[in-house]
Amino acid sequence: MTNPRSSCPMTYRQAVDTYFLEHRSKLIDVAAFLDRLDRASDQQKPAQEDHRVAALRNAMSILLDGQPDRAKRVLEQLSDPSRSPTDTTSPPASGAHHDTQDQTTP
Amino acid sequence: MNYIDPHIHMVSRTTDDYQRMAMAGCVAVTEPAFWAGFDRVSPQGFDGYFRQLTEFEPSRAAAHGIDHYCWLCINPKEAQDLTLAREVIGMIPAFLDRPNVLGIGEIGLNKNTKNELIILEEQIALAQRHDQLILVHTPHLEDKLKGTRLILDAIRRNGSIDPARVLIDHAEEHTVGMILDAGHWAGMTLYPDSKCTPQRAVDIIETYSHHRLVMNSAGDWGHSDPLSVPQARMEMARRGHNRDTITDATLRNPAAFLGQCDKFQLQTSLD
Ligand SMILES: [Zn+2]
Repeated sequence: MTNPRSSCPMTYRQAVDTYFLEHRSKLIDVAAFLDRLDRASDQQKPAQEDHRVAALRNAMSILLDGQPDRAKRVLEQLSDPSRSPTDTTSPPASGAHHDTQDQTTP
Repeated sequence: MNYIDPHIHMVSRTTDDYQRMAMAGCVAVTEPAFWAGFDRVSPQGFDGYFRQLTEFEPSRAAAHGIDHYCWLCINPKEAQDLTLAREVIGMIPAFLDRPNVLGIGEIGLNKNTKNELIILEEQIALAQRHDQLILVHTPHLEDKLKGTRLILDAIRRNGSIDPARVLIDHAEEHTVGMILDAGHWAGMTLYPDSKCTPQRAVDIIETYSHHRLVMNSAGDWGHSDPLSVPQARMEMARRGHNRDTITDATLRNPAAFLGQCDKFQLQTSLD
């Protein structure tokens, strides 16, 4: 069903010219966000890294692997993989799946 | 160029928004019943809300040449209270014959809880009994993938729902494929800082090139933009998509889904 090839009317060069500056800016935003965490007043150790920040770092590897469907795979990696409905006590959504079994940081 | 916004909460928007949308080419909106940002304290609160959706908003829209349609339900967030939810479900049939009611929505899941799923199944059954179209809300963040799967399973379990009469909203790159594969329509919600940007929605249209894809603003009381559908049209034009493709995505596709309900009569041409 998917038809990813040649479905955008822009040429490669046109797409780069149109979108490069916008996404350059977004990448620098992410870098500055990580720098900001380094300057946080309580100087929390990386071993206690928030699961959302860890999830962002993990997702970044998808951008570098040269494979297609990057947006879909980033979203899947941030998603809760479980299948059963939860009880009312579950915490609110945070934007990144928090598996308690995944919390041990090397 | 004319367009339809098939998911927008006009009760939370100003009359100036209606005016701007009309100037941008909006010819029709459909407004699902949703969570108002606070929990209503009684079923009577929903009675007033349903009357607002079926009496007051249509006249406010008509003053700007926009056709207003709506969807009724108990929203997933307030469905956690089973007693309240069932009282509200009991009130809905009395409203279904009103001229601007297209179906049941936006039902679905919010936190993927057992109670939400029970009420979702009961409202799918309500739609089936009354032969109504269905509009579905999916969760917003890391719970969207799981919620979408649970919703698709619940519709399938009912066994009597024509999948082409169901629009599943807030689809993103990781859920749109499974929604289309199940035979449903997929809606992409254009939000400034969650869900889809206009750019990503157009990426999805380019990737799937499917007639069962629509876009909406889901404009509401939070950060949202009631003009995001025309923004997506501009994005399509900027990339060089032709006028026909843009009209399909923002006018003919939603009109085809909504037109499955006889009450949906567009006063304008589909060109
Ligand atoms: Zn909504």
